[in-house]
Amino acid sequence: MAKSALLKSSLAKKYWMAFTGLFLCLFLVGHLAGNLQLLAAGEGARDQFNEYALFMTTNPIVRVLSIVTFASILFHVIDGIILTVNNRKARPEGYVSFKPSTNSKWSSRNMGILGTVILAFIIIHLINFWGQMKFGGLDDTVYQTANGETVKDLYTLTIRTFQDAEMGLIWAIIYLIAMIAIGFHLYHGFGSGFQSLGINHPKYNTFVRRVGVGFAIIVPLLFAIIPFYIYFVLEKI
Amino acid sequence: MNLTLKIWRQKDAASKGGIQTYQLGGVEPDMSFLEMLDVLNQELIDKGEEPVVFDHDCREGICGTCSLQINGEPHGPDRGITTCQLHMRMFKDGDTITIEPFRAKAFPVIKDLVVDRSSFERIQQAGGYISVNTSGNTQDANSIPIPKDKADAAFYAATCIGCGACVAACKNASAMLFTSAKVSQMALLPQGEVEADRRVLAMVEQMDKEGFGNCTNTGACEIECPKGISLENIARMNREYLRASVK
Repeated sequence: MAKSALLKSSLAKKYWMAFTGLFLCLFLVGHLAGNLQLLAAGEGARDQFNEYALFMTTNPIVRVLSIVTFASILFHVIDGIILTVNNRKARPEGYVSFKPSTNSKWSSRNMGILGTVILAFIIIHLINFWGQMKFGGLDDTVYQTANGETVKDLYTLTIRTFQDAEMGLIWAIIYLIAMIAIGFHLYHGFGSGFQSLGINHPKYNTFVRRVGVGFAIIVPLLFAIIPFYIYFVLEKI
Repeated sequence: MNLTLKIWRQKDAASKGGIQTYQLGGVEPDMSFLEMLDVLNQELIDKGEEPVVFDHDCREGICGTCSLQINGEPHGPDRGITTCQLHMRMFKDGDTITIEPFRAKAFPVIKDLVVDRSSFERIQQAGGYISVNTSGNTQDANSIPIPKDKADAAFYAATCIGCGACVAACKNASAMLFTSAKVSQMALLPQGEVEADRRVLAMVEQMDKEGFGNCTNTGACEIECPKGISLENIARMNREYLRASVK
Protein backbone atom coordinates (compact mmCIF):
# COMPACT_ATOMS: atom_id res chain seq x y z
CA MET A 1 0.00 0.00 0.00
CA ALA A 2 2.66 2.41 1.04
CA LYS A 3 4.59 2.12 -2.21
CA SER A 4 1.67 2.92 -4.49
CA ALA A 5 0.67 5.63 -2.02
CA LEU A 6 3.94 7.41 -2.71
CA LEU A 7 3.51 7.25 -6.48
CA LYS A 8 -0.16 7.20 -7.42
CA SER A 9 -2.11 9.00 -4.69
CA SER A 10 -3.32 12.58 -5.02
CA LEU A 11 -0.92 13.61 -2.27
CA ALA A 12 2.06 11.99 -3.98
CA LYS A 13 1.36 14.07 -7.08
CA LYS A 14 1.40 17.15 -4.88
CA TYR A 15 4.72 16.15 -3.29
CA TRP A 16 6.33 15.80 -6.72
CA MET A 17 4.83 19.11 -7.82
CA ALA A 18 6.24 20.83 -4.74
CA PHE A 19 9.60 19.09 -4.85
CA THR A 20 10.26 19.82 -8.53
CA GLY A 21 8.90 23.36 -8.16
CA LEU A 22 11.14 24.20 -5.22
CA PHE A 23 14.12 22.67 -7.00
CA LEU A 24 13.38 24.91 -9.99
CA CYS A 25 13.41 27.89 -7.60
CA LEU A 26 17.01 26.97 -6.78
CA PHE A 27 17.76 26.72 -10.48
CA LEU A 28 16.39 30.26 -10.96
CA VAL A 29 18.86 31.59 -8.39
CA GLY A 30 21.80 29.92 -10.14
CA HIS A 31 20.65 31.04 -13.58
CA LEU A 32 20.16 34.60 -12.36
CA ALA A 33 23.63 34.71 -10.82
CA GLY A 34 25.08 33.72 -14.20
CA ASN A 35 22.95 36.15 -16.20
CA LEU A 36 23.77 39.14 -14.03
CA GLN A 37 27.29 39.00 -15.50
CA LEU A 38 25.68 40.41 -18.67
CA LEU A 39 25.32 43.74 -16.87
CA ALA A 40 29.12 44.14 -16.94
CA ALA A 41 30.63 46.18 -19.79
CA GLY A 42 33.81 46.07 -21.90
CA GLU A 43 35.95 43.39 -23.59
CA GLY A 44 36.54 41.63 -20.28
CA ALA A 45 32.81 41.10 -19.90
CA ARG A 46 32.65 39.20 -23.17
CA ASP A 47 35.48 36.85 -22.17
CA GLN A 48 34.13 36.38 -18.68
CA PHE A 49 30.60 35.50 -19.81
CA ASN A 50 31.77 33.15 -22.58
CA GLU A 51 34.15 31.33 -20.25
CA TYR A 52 31.29 30.99 -17.80
CA ALA A 53 29.06 29.60 -20.59
CA LEU A 54 31.80 27.13 -21.55
CA PHE A 55 32.03 26.00 -17.92
CA MET A 56 28.24 25.61 -17.73
CA THR A 57 28.13 23.42 -20.85
CA THR A 58 31.16 21.22 -20.11
CA ASN A 59 31.47 20.76 -16.32
CA PRO A 60 30.18 17.25 -15.45
CA ILE A 61 28.44 18.35 -12.23
CA VAL A 62 26.65 21.16 -14.06
CA ARG A 63 25.67 18.68 -16.80
CA VAL A 64 24.04 16.43 -14.21
CA LEU A 65 22.30 19.46 -12.68
CA SER A 66 21.04 20.57 -16.09
CA ILE A 67 19.63 17.11 -16.80
CA VAL A 68 17.89 17.17 -13.40
CA THR A 69 16.57 20.64 -14.23
CA PHE A 70 15.13 19.54 -17.57
CA ALA A 71 13.65 16.45 -15.92
CA SER A 72 12.11 18.64 -13.20
CA ILE A 73 10.51 20.93 -15.76
CA LEU A 74 9.14 17.93 -17.67
CA PHE A 75 7.85 16.29 -14.49
CA HIS A 76 6.37 19.54 -13.20
CA VAL A 77 4.53 20.07 -16.50
CA ILE A 78 3.23 16.49 -16.86
CA ASP A 79 2.23 16.27 -13.19
CA GLY A 80 0.53 19.67 -13.49
CA ILE A 81 -1.47 18.52 -16.51
CA ILE A 82 -2.55 15.29 -14.75
CA LEU A 83 -3.62 17.24 -11.64
CA THR A 84 -5.52 19.81 -13.72
CA VAL A 85 -7.38 17.11 -15.69
CA ASN A 86 -8.31 15.33 -12.43
CA ASN A 87 -9.45 18.59 -10.89
CA ARG A 88 -11.70 19.36 -13.86
CA LYS A 89 -13.22 15.87 -13.59
CA ALA A 90 -13.94 16.44 -9.89
CA ARG A 91 -16.63 19.02 -10.78
CA PRO A 92 -18.33 17.86 -13.98
CA GLU A 93 -21.23 20.32 -13.60
CA GLY A 94 -20.06 23.82 -12.77
CA TYR A 95 -21.79 26.63 -10.91
CA VAL A 96 -24.01 29.19 -12.62
CA SER A 97 -22.61 31.73 -10.18
CA PHE A 98 -19.12 31.19 -8.72
CA LYS A 99 -17.17 33.93 -6.92
CA PRO A 100 -13.73 32.55 -6.09
CA SER A 101 -12.26 36.05 -5.90
CA THR A 102 -14.00 36.47 -2.52
CA ASN A 103 -11.97 33.69 -0.91
CA SER A 104 -8.72 33.15 -2.84
CA LYS A 105 -6.01 34.99 -4.76
CA TRP A 106 -5.95 35.17 -8.56
CA SER A 107 -2.49 33.66 -8.85
CA SER A 108 -3.45 30.63 -6.76
CA ARG A 109 -6.33 29.83 -9.11
CA ASN A 110 -4.42 30.33 -12.35
CA MET A 111 -1.22 28.36 -11.88
CA GLY A 112 -2.02 26.30 -14.98
CA ILE A 113 -2.39 29.34 -17.24
CA LEU A 114 0.70 30.99 -15.74
CA GLY A 115 2.60 27.72 -16.13
CA THR A 116 1.59 27.47 -19.78
CA VAL A 117 2.89 31.00 -20.44
CA ILE A 118 6.13 30.08 -18.68
CA LEU A 119 6.51 26.85 -20.67
CA ALA A 120 6.01 28.76 -23.94
CA PHE A 121 8.67 31.21 -22.77
CA ILE A 122 11.11 28.41 -21.87
CA ILE A 123 10.77 27.00 -25.41
CA ILE A 124 11.33 30.44 -26.99
CA HIS A 125 14.25 31.11 -24.65
CA LEU A 126 15.88 27.75 -25.44
CA ILE A 127 15.55 28.39 -29.19
CA ASN A 128 17.02 31.89 -28.76
CA PHE A 129 20.19 30.86 -26.92
CA TRP A 130 20.56 27.26 -25.73
CA GLY A 131 19.79 25.80 -29.18
CA GLN A 132 22.41 28.06 -30.82
CA MET A 133 25.02 27.02 -28.28
CA LYS A 134 24.16 23.33 -28.42
CA PHE A 135 23.24 22.65 -32.03
CA GLY A 136 25.89 24.54 -33.91
CA GLY A 137 24.42 28.00 -34.45
CA LEU A 138 27.46 29.47 -32.70
CA ASP A 139 30.09 27.10 -34.13
CA ASP A 140 31.57 29.77 -36.45
CA THR A 141 31.92 32.31 -33.63
CA VAL A 142 34.62 30.35 -31.77
CA TYR A 143 37.53 32.50 -30.57
CA GLN A 144 40.31 32.52 -27.96
CA THR A 145 39.83 34.53 -24.78
CA ALA A 146 42.62 36.44 -23.02
CA ASN A 147 43.00 33.40 -20.74
CA GLY A 148 43.61 31.20 -23.79
CA GLU A 149 40.24 29.39 -23.52
CA THR A 150 38.51 28.44 -26.78
CA VAL A 151 34.91 29.57 -26.43
CA LYS A 152 31.73 30.09 -28.44
CA ASP A 153 30.60 33.71 -28.48
CA LEU A 154 27.27 33.39 -26.64
CA TYR A 155 27.85 36.87 -25.16
CA THR A 156 27.74 38.63 -28.54
CA LEU A 157 24.66 36.61 -29.61
CA THR A 158 22.87 37.65 -26.41
CA ILE A 159 23.79 41.32 -26.66
CA ARG A 160 22.93 41.46 -30.40
CA THR A 161 19.56 39.75 -29.79
CA PHE A 162 18.49 42.45 -27.35
CA GLN A 163 20.18 45.33 -29.23
CA ASP A 164 18.60 44.37 -32.56
CA ALA A 165 17.09 47.51 -34.11
CA GLU A 166 13.82 45.79 -35.04
CA MET A 167 13.40 42.96 -32.55
CA GLY A 168 15.51 43.96 -29.54
CA LEU A 169 12.80 45.86 -27.68
CA ILE A 170 10.14 43.35 -28.69
CA TRP A 171 12.27 40.53 -27.24
CA ALA A 172 12.76 42.55 -24.06
CA ILE A 173 9.00 43.03 -23.73
CA ILE A 174 8.34 39.31 -24.40
CA TYR A 175 10.86 38.47 -21.69
CA LEU A 176 9.25 41.00 -19.35
CA ILE A 177 5.80 39.41 -19.85
CA ALA A 178 7.28 35.98 -19.11
CA MET A 179 8.94 37.31 -15.96
CA ILE A 180 5.61 38.76 -14.76
CA ALA A 181 4.07 35.30 -15.28
CA ILE A 182 6.95 33.69 -13.36
CA GLY A 183 6.49 36.28 -10.61
CA PHE A 184 2.82 35.42 -10.12
CA HIS A 185 3.59 31.69 -10.45
CA LEU A 186 6.20 31.99 -7.69
CA TYR A 187 3.97 34.25 -5.57
CA HIS A 188 1.65 31.29 -5.05
CA GLY A 189 4.00 28.42 -5.82
CA PHE A 190 6.79 29.10 -3.35
CA GLY A 191 4.64 29.00 -0.22
CA SER A 192 2.35 26.38 -1.72
CA GLY A 193 5.32 24.05 -2.20
CA PHE A 194 6.14 24.22 1.50
CA GLN A 195 2.50 23.62 2.43
CA SER A 196 2.28 20.57 0.11
CA LEU A 197 5.35 19.07 1.73
CA GLY A 198 3.73 19.57 5.12
CA ILE A 199 6.04 22.38 6.20
CA ASN A 200 3.59 24.64 8.00
CA HIS A 201 4.30 25.87 11.48
CA PRO A 202 3.03 29.06 13.12
CA LYS A 203 6.59 29.88 14.14
CA TYR A 204 7.95 29.84 10.57
CA ASN A 205 4.92 30.58 8.37
CA THR A 206 5.44 34.35 8.33
CA PHE A 207 9.10 33.84 7.43
CA VAL A 208 8.28 31.42 4.58
CA ARG A 209 5.58 33.77 3.28
CA ARG A 210 7.89 36.79 3.35
CA VAL A 211 10.74 34.92 1.67
CA GLY A 212 8.26 33.67 -0.96
CA VAL A 213 6.90 37.13 -1.72
CA GLY A 214 10.44 38.58 -1.80
CA PHE A 215 11.61 35.78 -4.08
CA ALA A 216 8.60 36.23 -6.40
CA ILE A 217 9.34 39.95 -6.79
CA ILE A 218 13.15 40.18 -6.72
CA VAL A 219 14.16 37.21 -8.90
CA PRO A 220 11.88 37.94 -11.90
CA LEU A 221 12.61 41.67 -11.58
CA LEU A 222 16.37 41.16 -11.80
CA PHE A 223 15.91 38.79 -14.77
CA ALA A 224 13.64 41.32 -16.51
CA ILE A 225 16.09 44.20 -16.05
CA ILE A 226 18.81 42.48 -18.10
CA PRO A 227 17.25 42.72 -21.63
CA PHE A 228 16.20 46.36 -21.04
CA TYR A 229 19.64 47.23 -19.70
CA ILE A 230 21.24 45.69 -22.79
CA TYR A 231 18.85 47.56 -25.10
CA PHE A 232 18.87 50.99 -23.46
CA VAL A 233 22.11 51.29 -21.49
CA LEU A 234 24.82 48.91 -22.65
CA GLU A 235 27.19 50.19 -25.35
CA LYS A 236 26.04 49.05 -28.81
CA ILE A 237 28.10 46.29 -30.44
CA MET B 1 -37.78 43.10 1.33
CA ASN B 2 -38.57 42.01 -2.20
CA LEU B 3 -36.18 39.52 -3.75
CA THR B 4 -35.60 37.80 -7.06
CA LEU B 5 -34.52 34.21 -6.42
CA LYS B 6 -32.77 32.17 -9.08
CA ILE B 7 -32.96 28.62 -7.79
CA TRP B 8 -31.58 25.38 -9.22
CA ARG B 9 -34.47 22.96 -9.75
CA GLN B 10 -33.82 19.31 -10.60
CA LYS B 11 -36.48 16.58 -10.47
CA ASP B 12 -34.11 13.76 -9.48
CA ALA B 13 -30.54 12.53 -9.84
CA ALA B 14 -31.10 11.33 -13.41
CA SER B 15 -32.93 14.43 -14.71
CA LYS B 16 -31.33 17.51 -16.15
CA GLY B 17 -31.79 20.53 -13.92
CA GLY B 18 -31.95 24.25 -14.56
CA ILE B 19 -32.31 27.64 -12.94
CA GLN B 20 -35.84 28.89 -12.24
CA THR B 21 -36.66 32.41 -11.23
CA TYR B 22 -39.07 33.30 -8.40
CA GLN B 23 -40.22 36.64 -7.04
CA LEU B 24 -40.60 36.74 -3.27
CA GLY B 25 -42.01 39.63 -1.20
CA GLY B 26 -42.47 40.18 2.52
CA VAL B 27 -39.02 38.94 3.52
CA GLU B 28 -37.97 40.25 6.95
CA PRO B 29 -34.28 41.17 7.56
CA ASP B 30 -34.32 39.08 10.76
CA MET B 31 -35.31 35.89 8.96
CA SER B 32 -32.65 33.27 8.48
CA PHE B 33 -31.94 32.23 4.91
CA LEU B 34 -33.73 28.92 5.49
CA GLU B 35 -36.77 30.71 6.92
CA MET B 36 -36.86 32.80 3.75
CA LEU B 37 -36.92 29.55 1.75
CA ASP B 38 -39.70 28.27 4.05
CA VAL B 39 -41.76 31.35 3.12
CA LEU B 40 -41.13 30.72 -0.56
CA ASN B 41 -42.10 27.05 -0.19
CA GLN B 42 -45.34 27.94 1.61
CA GLU B 43 -46.22 30.22 -1.32
CA LEU B 44 -45.40 27.45 -3.80
CA ILE B 45 -47.49 24.93 -1.85
CA ASP B 46 -50.42 27.37 -1.70
CA LYS B 47 -50.20 27.72 -5.49
CA GLY B 48 -50.13 23.95 -5.88
CA GLU B 49 -46.53 23.91 -7.08
CA GLU B 50 -43.72 21.61 -6.01
CA PRO B 51 -41.74 23.19 -3.11
CA VAL B 52 -37.96 23.65 -3.37
CA VAL B 53 -36.18 20.76 -1.67
CA PHE B 54 -33.23 21.76 0.54
CA ASP B 55 -31.28 20.13 3.37
CA HIS B 56 -31.61 21.32 6.98
CA ASP B 57 -31.73 19.86 10.45
CA CYS B 58 -30.61 21.60 13.66
CA ARG B 59 -30.88 25.17 12.33
CA GLU B 60 -28.37 26.35 14.92
CA GLY B 61 -25.11 25.86 13.05
CA ILE B 62 -23.89 22.67 14.66
CA CYS B 63 -25.08 19.78 12.50
CA GLY B 64 -23.64 20.70 9.10
CA THR B 65 -26.73 19.59 7.20
CA CYS B 66 -27.74 22.84 5.50
CA SER B 67 -25.65 23.41 2.41
CA LEU B 68 -26.42 25.75 -0.54
CA GLN B 69 -24.16 27.75 -2.80
CA ILE B 70 -25.53 31.27 -2.40
CA ASN B 71 -24.43 33.94 -4.90
CA GLY B 72 -21.35 31.90 -5.75
CA GLU B 73 -20.23 31.12 -2.20
CA PRO B 74 -21.03 28.18 0.09
CA HIS B 75 -23.31 29.35 2.93
CA GLY B 76 -23.50 32.78 1.28
CA PRO B 77 -21.56 36.01 1.71
CA ASP B 78 -21.11 35.98 5.51
CA ARG B 79 -18.10 34.30 7.20
CA GLY B 80 -17.87 31.61 9.86
CA ILE B 81 -21.49 30.55 9.56
CA THR B 82 -23.73 27.89 8.08
CA THR B 83 -26.73 28.73 5.88
CA CYS B 84 -29.15 28.49 8.81
CA GLN B 85 -27.11 31.22 10.54
CA LEU B 86 -27.17 33.50 7.49
CA HIS B 87 -29.64 36.29 7.98
CA MET B 88 -31.53 38.18 5.33
CA ARG B 89 -30.10 41.47 6.63
CA MET B 90 -26.98 40.50 4.67
CA PHE B 91 -29.03 41.26 1.53
CA LYS B 92 -30.74 44.40 0.25
CA ASP B 93 -34.26 45.01 -0.98
CA GLY B 94 -34.41 44.25 -4.69
CA ASP B 95 -31.43 41.88 -4.67
CA THR B 96 -31.19 38.91 -6.97
CA ILE B 97 -29.94 35.79 -5.15
CA THR B 98 -28.67 32.73 -7.00
CA ILE B 99 -29.08 29.49 -5.03
CA GLU B 100 -27.42 26.30 -6.24
CA PRO B 101 -26.50 22.94 -4.77
CA PHE B 102 -22.89 22.23 -3.74
CA ARG B 103 -21.14 21.01 -6.87
CA ALA B 104 -18.76 18.06 -6.96
CA LYS B 105 -18.60 14.69 -8.68
CA ALA B 106 -18.46 13.16 -5.19
CA PHE B 107 -21.59 15.13 -4.15
CA PRO B 108 -24.22 14.07 -6.71
CA VAL B 109 -27.50 16.01 -6.70
CA ILE B 110 -30.42 14.02 -5.29
CA LYS B 111 -33.12 16.62 -5.92
CA ASP B 112 -33.15 20.42 -6.34
CA LEU B 113 -30.64 21.74 -3.78
CA VAL B 114 -30.00 18.48 -1.94
CA VAL B 115 -26.75 16.63 -2.60
CA ASP B 116 -25.56 13.23 -1.41
CA ARG B 117 -22.59 13.80 0.93
CA SER B 118 -22.17 10.18 2.00
CA SER B 119 -18.73 10.23 0.35
CA PHE B 120 -17.64 12.12 3.51
CA GLU B 121 -19.02 9.32 5.65
CA ARG B 122 -17.11 6.71 3.65
CA ILE B 123 -13.88 8.67 4.17
CA GLN B 124 -14.62 8.73 7.89
CA GLN B 125 -15.44 5.01 7.92
CA ALA B 126 -12.14 4.22 6.17
CA GLY B 127 -10.16 5.17 9.26
CA GLY B 128 -11.58 8.14 11.15
CA TYR B 129 -11.96 6.26 14.40
CA ILE B 130 -9.98 4.71 17.23
CA SER B 131 -10.02 0.93 17.65
CA VAL B 132 -10.28 0.86 21.41
CA ASN B 133 -12.84 -1.04 23.39
CA THR B 134 -14.07 1.60 25.80
CA SER B 135 -16.91 -0.31 27.42
CA GLY B 136 -16.43 -0.90 31.10
CA ASN B 137 -12.77 0.02 31.39
CA THR B 138 -12.72 3.74 30.72
CA GLN B 139 -9.65 5.41 32.17
CA ASP B 140 -9.66 8.67 34.03
CA ALA B 141 -9.06 11.34 31.37
CA ASN B 142 -6.32 13.00 33.40
CA SER B 143 -4.23 9.83 33.63
CA ILE B 144 -2.79 10.54 30.16
CA PRO B 145 -1.05 13.93 30.12
CA ILE B 146 -1.64 15.88 26.88
CA PRO B 147 0.09 19.19 26.11
CA LYS B 148 -2.37 22.07 25.99
CA ASP B 149 -1.39 23.19 22.46
CA LYS B 150 -1.99 19.68 21.10
CA ALA B 151 -5.29 19.37 22.93
CA ASP B 152 -6.38 22.74 21.51
CA ALA B 153 -5.32 21.87 17.95
CA ALA B 154 -7.15 18.52 18.18
CA PHE B 155 -10.23 20.27 19.55
CA TYR B 156 -10.29 22.87 16.76
CA ALA B 157 -9.89 20.12 14.14
CA ALA B 158 -12.74 18.24 15.79
CA THR B 159 -15.09 21.21 15.40
CA CYS B 160 -15.45 20.25 11.71
CA ILE B 161 -19.14 19.52 11.13
CA GLY B 162 -18.62 17.82 7.77
CA CYS B 163 -20.88 20.23 5.91
CA GLY B 164 -18.91 20.13 2.65
CA ALA B 165 -18.43 23.88 2.24
CA CYS B 166 -14.69 23.26 1.72
CA VAL B 167 -15.43 21.05 -1.29
CA ALA B 168 -18.05 23.47 -2.61
CA ALA B 169 -15.71 26.47 -2.35
CA CYS B 170 -12.64 24.73 -3.81
CA LYS B 171 -12.10 25.30 -7.50
CA ASN B 172 -10.91 21.67 -7.65
CA ALA B 173 -13.72 20.25 -5.47
CA SER B 174 -11.05 18.90 -3.14
CA ALA B 175 -11.94 17.33 0.21
CA MET B 176 -8.52 17.90 1.77
CA LEU B 177 -9.71 20.27 4.51
CA PHE B 178 -12.39 17.86 5.71
CA THR B 179 -10.16 14.78 5.54
CA SER B 180 -7.23 16.55 7.16
CA ALA B 181 -9.40 17.78 10.04
CA LYS B 182 -10.57 14.24 10.71
CA VAL B 183 -7.02 12.90 10.44
CA SER B 184 -5.66 15.64 12.70
CA GLN B 185 -8.16 15.45 15.53
CA MET B 186 -7.04 11.87 16.20
CA ALA B 187 -3.38 11.94 15.18
CA LEU B 188 -2.76 14.75 17.67
CA LEU B 189 -3.94 12.78 20.69
CA PRO B 190 -2.15 9.80 22.26
CA GLN B 191 -5.18 7.52 21.85
CA GLY B 192 -5.27 8.14 18.11
CA GLU B 193 -1.55 8.38 17.48
CA VAL B 194 -0.95 4.63 17.58
CA GLU B 195 -3.11 4.09 14.48
CA ALA B 196 -2.10 7.33 12.73
CA ASP B 197 -0.23 5.71 9.80
CA ARG B 198 -2.91 3.21 8.88
CA ARG B 199 -5.59 5.87 9.32
CA VAL B 200 -4.09 8.53 7.07
CA LEU B 201 -3.27 6.06 4.28
CA ALA B 202 -6.78 4.58 4.33
CA MET B 203 -8.60 7.91 4.52
CA VAL B 204 -6.61 9.48 1.67
CA GLU B 205 -7.11 6.36 -0.43
CA GLN B 206 -10.87 6.59 0.12
CA MET B 207 -10.83 10.34 -0.58
CA ASP B 208 -9.15 9.69 -3.94
CA LYS B 209 -11.58 6.86 -4.74
CA GLU B 210 -14.57 9.15 -4.21
CA GLY B 211 -13.40 11.40 -7.03
CA PHE B 212 -12.56 14.58 -5.15
CA GLY B 213 -10.03 16.93 -6.77
CA ASN B 214 -6.51 17.77 -5.60
CA CYS B 215 -5.55 20.54 -3.23
CA THR B 216 -3.81 23.48 -4.90
CA ASN B 217 -3.52 25.48 -1.69
CA THR B 218 -5.78 28.34 -2.82
CA GLY B 219 -7.06 28.61 0.75
CA ALA B 220 -10.70 29.11 -0.31
CA CYS B 221 -11.82 26.25 1.98
CA GLU B 222 -10.38 27.86 5.11
CA ILE B 223 -12.12 31.16 4.35
CA GLU B 224 -15.50 29.55 3.65
CA CYS B 225 -15.41 26.96 6.45
CA PRO B 226 -18.17 27.76 8.99
CA LYS B 227 -15.88 26.49 11.77
CA GLY B 228 -12.68 28.15 10.55
CA ILE B 229 -10.77 24.86 10.17
CA SER B 230 -7.18 25.87 9.42
CA LEU B 231 -4.97 24.96 6.46
CA GLU B 232 -2.47 23.82 9.08
CA ASN B 233 -4.49 20.60 9.17
CA ILE B 234 -3.85 20.00 5.46
CA ALA B 235 -0.11 20.48 6.02
CA ARG B 236 -0.29 18.09 8.97
CA MET B 237 -2.03 15.48 6.82
CA ASN B 238 0.60 15.98 4.07
CA ARG B 239 3.26 15.31 6.72
CA GLU B 240 1.45 12.35 8.24
CA TYR B 241 0.86 10.80 4.85
CA LEU B 242 4.45 11.28 3.68
CA ARG B 243 5.75 9.72 6.88
CA ALA B 244 3.31 6.80 6.67
CA SER B 245 4.11 6.19 2.98
CA VAL B 246 7.87 5.88 3.38
CA LYS B 247 7.62 3.53 6.35
